[in-house]
Amino acid sequence: MSLLNYGQALLNALTTAMEKDPSVIVMGIGVDDHKAVFGSTKNLVNRFGKERVFDTPLSESAMTGVAIGAALAGMRPVHIHIRCDFLYLALDQLFNIAAKWCYMFGGQMSVPIVIRAVIGRSWGQGSQHSQSPQSLFMHVPGLKVVMPTTPYDAKGLLLAAIADPNPVVIIEHRLLYDIPGEVPDAYYEIPLKKANVRREGKDLTIVANSYMVVESLKAAEFLAGEGIDVEIVDPVTLAPLDEEVILTSVRKTGRLLAIDTSWTACGASAEIAALAAEKAFGALKAPVRRMGMAPVVCPVSKPLENIFYPNAKTIAQTACEMLNRKFPAEKEVPLLTTKFKGPF
Amino acid sequence: MFDMNKPETQIPDRNTSIALYRTMLKIRLAELKVAEIYPSDKIQSPIHLSVGQEAISAGVCLALTPADHLYGTYRGHGIYIGRGGDMKKLFAELYAKDTGCSRGKGGSMHLAAPETGLMGCSAIVASTIPVATGDALAAKIKKEDRVAVAFFGDGAVDEGVFFESLNFAALKELPVIYVCENNNYAVHSRVSDRHRQKELYRLGEGLGVPGYRFDGNDVSVVYSTMKEAIARAKKDSAPVLLEYMTYRIYEHVGIGKDHAETYREPEKLRQAIQSDPLLRSKKLLRKNFSVSDSQFVEWEKEISQEIQNAVAFAEQSPFPAPNCLHEDLFKESK
Repeated sequence: MSLLNYGQALLNALTTAMEKDPSVIVMGIGVDDHKAVFGSTKNLVNRFGKERVFDTPLSESAMTGVAIGAALAGMRPVHIHIRCDFLYLALDQLFNIAAKWCYMFGGQMSVPIVIRAVIGRSWGQGSQHSQSPQSLFMHVPGLKVVMPTTPYDAKGLLLAAIADPNPVVIIEHRLLYDIPGEVPDAYYEIPLKKANVRREGKDLTIVANSYMVVESLKAAEFLAGEGIDVEIVDPVTLAPLDEEVILTSVRKTGRLLAIDTSWTACGASAEIAALAAEKAFGALKAPVRRMGMAPVVCPVSKPLENIFYPNAKTIAQTACEMLNRKFPAEKEVPLLTTKFKGPF
Repeated sequence: MFDMNKPETQIPDRNTSIALYRTMLKIRLAELKVAEIYPSDKIQSPIHLSVGQEAISAGVCLALTPADHLYGTYRGHGIYIGRGGDMKKLFAELYAKDTGCSRGKGGSMHLAAPETGLMGCSAIVASTIPVATGDALAAKIKKEDRVAVAFFGDGAVDEGVFFESLNFAALKELPVIYVCENNNYAVHSRVSDRHRQKELYRLGEGLGVPGYRFDGNDVSVVYSTMKEAIARAKKDSAPVLLEYMTYRIYEHVGIGKDHAETYREPEKLRQAIQSDPLLRSKKLLRKNFSVSDSQFVEWEKEISQEIQNAVAFAEQSPFPAPNCLHEDLFKESK
């Protein structure tokens, strides 16, 4: 067991996978530079050589196709994007090729690629460095979508994704990178359809992913002081979704607050709300609520950025509303957990 | 050494020339059979016929070895047959039957026969160009003695991934061959309406990918130049762009002939009919290899019978059962 931060856990997973399987290659803009994608690819090029670890031209679309073709010919590529926003340039390849190649040819082939992409937030990342596109990938059958929250998740899910014979999109959050956690030293996989109950409680279920788990845990701690007992379920893998763990929690508490790192419209929170409406309607004691980014373009100005995202305080307020409890406005709810000071 | 600038002097040997002709004949007769069946609505899917363009499919595919990988487009019947894909599975796929090469899930536009090296056909223009490039990257990393081939039309060079892929292939010195089947039209849009530089083979020059343009209706030329390109790609581990000039006889999609429409150029049609790849090949076989008329008739009978058997197989095959709808989305983990 080692105490690693999120980036170090990802690096540990890549190193472990590359040692185990010579067909694993790591590619992407900046994977071999001194910044090493927030440390997550540090020294891989020195260890495994330029053939297996390489920087790419700024050609997200073609490079995704290259990863797909290499995968079809027996490699296990991990293609890394330092911002999710750059993935939009690669959607043709991901949606039309990677997601289709297995089904479209009757299961004759599959595309074992892993896409890693990082969500930016705070310190003025602005409109084009802050997006969380998970729902786009959830929408298209043929892709698996994962959002690791802890360093333990990061290693086990990345190893599972690399071992999976299908395309897997891993969406990481910049603000999680500096948070340390216990990580086993040996090889392990976390199954790609396994939700995680981060906190047990009886009054209200919060289904939150990625960095929103961190804010939700803080809100839950605050609410505990007010006598409100919150359960927090982290889906971890959004596609395929572990419906049973979510439904069990909702049936237990009767209240669902779905919180996503992205916008609510057609988002992961909408999918989870729909799941509760379709399969746990009778258990609901209050209307389902959702939280996510404000339905506007992400602003840079700090006072606006602060209210663009849900945080521990707004989560606690919403929870109180759902339980018909008065929010204790006079009390302090801790804000932003991160020590992140930019620039990237 | 082979002169890429004088490929017409290269005539393949007797057996190869016969194989090239027979492959083209197989493609032509299969396509005509598809066109004959199509009005019956038994093939309920868009089809894109290769009639008039058979020399490129046959010449490219016969130049490859079984180890080589090929990626194609929605106009893919020709390369499927060229690679030696099973005729029964082809017609069953066109009929969208369970016994088709893609279990009835792909149809005409999505043929694959990975056992022959045909790794799949895509209906998104240019989308397999980077995929073939990545396939070549894998070949290089694994030190496999083979090439990857991207087959695409002239419309594909309008797309960004064409340039992105050529750049990467040149940068990494990948054994990939880009085969541009220039039939002059991207659906109904002429090359001259889309490009200042109409010599498409030159588009890779600035990126470091050499290009050549050849008569794509002369199967000997296609075969010889492709052979040479493969040899160079393997020896130098470097990409090359081959532009083969041809002409589409049928409409873009479907079985109509739209020669009266304004996008067509009557002079080009006249030339295409004169330079029909099968007629030219037949003439060569007669002249250089003394193939008799009765031999041609015999081949036609034999291939027609194979196609007829394939049609019967498709007709008799079952559609996929309802439970197949949810199968094949993901490959199971080991």
